[in-house]
Amino acid sequence: MLNEFLSEYGALLAQGTLDTFIMLFLSCAIAYVIGIVLGVILHLTAPGGLRPAPVANAVLGWIVNIGRSMPFIILLILLIPVTRTVAGTITGVRGVIVPLVVSTAPFVARMIEQSLAEVPRDAVEAAEACGASVPRIVFSALLPEALPSIVRGVAVTLIAVLGYTAIAGAVGAGGLGDIAIRYGYYRYQSELMIITVVLLVVVVQLIQSVCDLIARKVDHR
Amino acid sequence: MISIQHVYKTYDLPKKGAGRTARATDDAVALASAQSGNPVMAAAAATAATSEAAASLAAADGKVHALEDICLDIADGDIFGIIGMSGAGKSTLVRTINLLERPTSGSVVVDGTDVTGLSGAALRSYRRRVAMIFQSFGLLAQKTVLDNVCFPYLAANGKVTTADRERALALLDRVGLREKAASYPSQLSGGQQQRVAIARALACEPEVILCDEATSALDPKSTNTILKLLRDINRETGVTLVVITHSMDVVQKICRNVAVLESGRVVEQGSVERVFAEPKAEATRVLLGKVEWDA
Repeated sequence: MLNEFLSEYGALLAQGTLDTFIMLFLSCAIAYVIGIVLGVILHLTAPGGLRPAPVANAVLGWIVNIGRSMPFIILLILLIPVTRTVAGTITGVRGVIVPLVVSTAPFVARMIEQSLAEVPRDAVEAAEACGASVPRIVFSALLPEALPSIVRGVAVTLIAVLGYTAIAGAVGAGGLGDIAIRYGYYRYQSELMIITVVLLVVVVQLIQSVCDLIARKVDHR
Repeated sequence: MISIQHVYKTYDLPKKGAGRTARATDDAVALASAQSGNPVMAAAAATAATSEAAASLAAADGKVHALEDICLDIADGDIFGIIGMSGAGKSTLVRTINLLERPTSGSVVVDGTDVTGLSGAALRSYRRRVAMIFQSFGLLAQKTVLDNVCFPYLAANGKVTTADRERALALLDRVGLREKAASYPSQLSGGQQQRVAIARALACEPEVILCDEATSALDPKSTNTILKLLRDINRETGVTLVVITHSMDVVQKICRNVAVLESGRVVEQGSVERVFAEPKAEATRVLLGKVEWDA
């Protein structure tokens, strides 16, 4: 019976899992590139930061907040023209990367900002007193010191975005969420719904465990 | 020669949770609390609250005057103590020397050059001549002891060469921690961490080392080790030491000259022998324990 089920749906579930992973890791990778830059700028320009700039900080903060206040499903629709221009399509895995990045980057920015704020001020001040430039402090002191916290943040981000990819399934993005909705919901195939949920649970556990392990490995405190 | 000329430092009344500024203005916060009549803080800053000087600090203009008209000359090779109660402005003062804090007015003149206006690369190269050690050591927890000592080289040149590593190891040898080079700061005791911080401070062969409450977090034995180390380094290299402390014991052990700070003003200064023998200011007598503690 299991063999029968697997021969019928195995390929579908494998493709769905792969699609989910592509959406998840690709969009998070791009979001982290943008989010780290934004997070560092937010941290440096904050009042009492290394380069205080109240106006820039407030404007950037608003932009990030606006990005974060859009429900993902709304953003998905709002961004359709942008997605079409950038990705060339608004469906499939390709069509959902743009909204995923736009939605995740502000989230990452706040996670990074928070991780950087946890770095003891004395260590940063000591680096400053050594005559280090601001970029040097960022790359050789702030980010390395915040690394364990950043890695833990990666787990939170990946798991949140996994939820978004499932939502994206609702508009035909592919992946496990798409399978759950099309087969599990529209066709009343409960066993497929259950399997996709189990797969998602396993993925979440894996992400959390791997990130915890890495965070412990890189943390020398 | 470091010459501090009519330095004032004024803060707007600090807001809660202003992050970096809030910590940097610990002194100012203590003053503000004393002024606002908060009983707990006022008790902690009892001398400040009752003195003339504190009254004159009353924030009529909504500002906290952390430093007022500070004039000090610190000679090359000296071990110069700056002593005062919590909130007297010691940390703010020492931070104006390497410009972690900018004076509101007045100037810091080092070897005849006014450094107060320095910025960018000039400021960074000046800071390499003036090293600093901290009460909480300020080591990078995710870097090894050796990498911490090499950090000033990284800051100066953007890279760490083999020769730099050799020099760093020699410095670790000097502070007695060569075998800990591959350890992380968390694996060291407080006294050992401070010795690493001293090795880091020495990395760029500074002319001055600012010691901000360098022994306040340490037990008496580690304190003595650190003080002896600082004194010996002063003798060997002729580096000027500016020692911030609230402990007369520290001043007595290593300093030659001392300035007593109270509520942002220098109330007494001179050679350590003179100040200990005939303290003039009330604050000095309190610091020396020469007033009735239960009064």
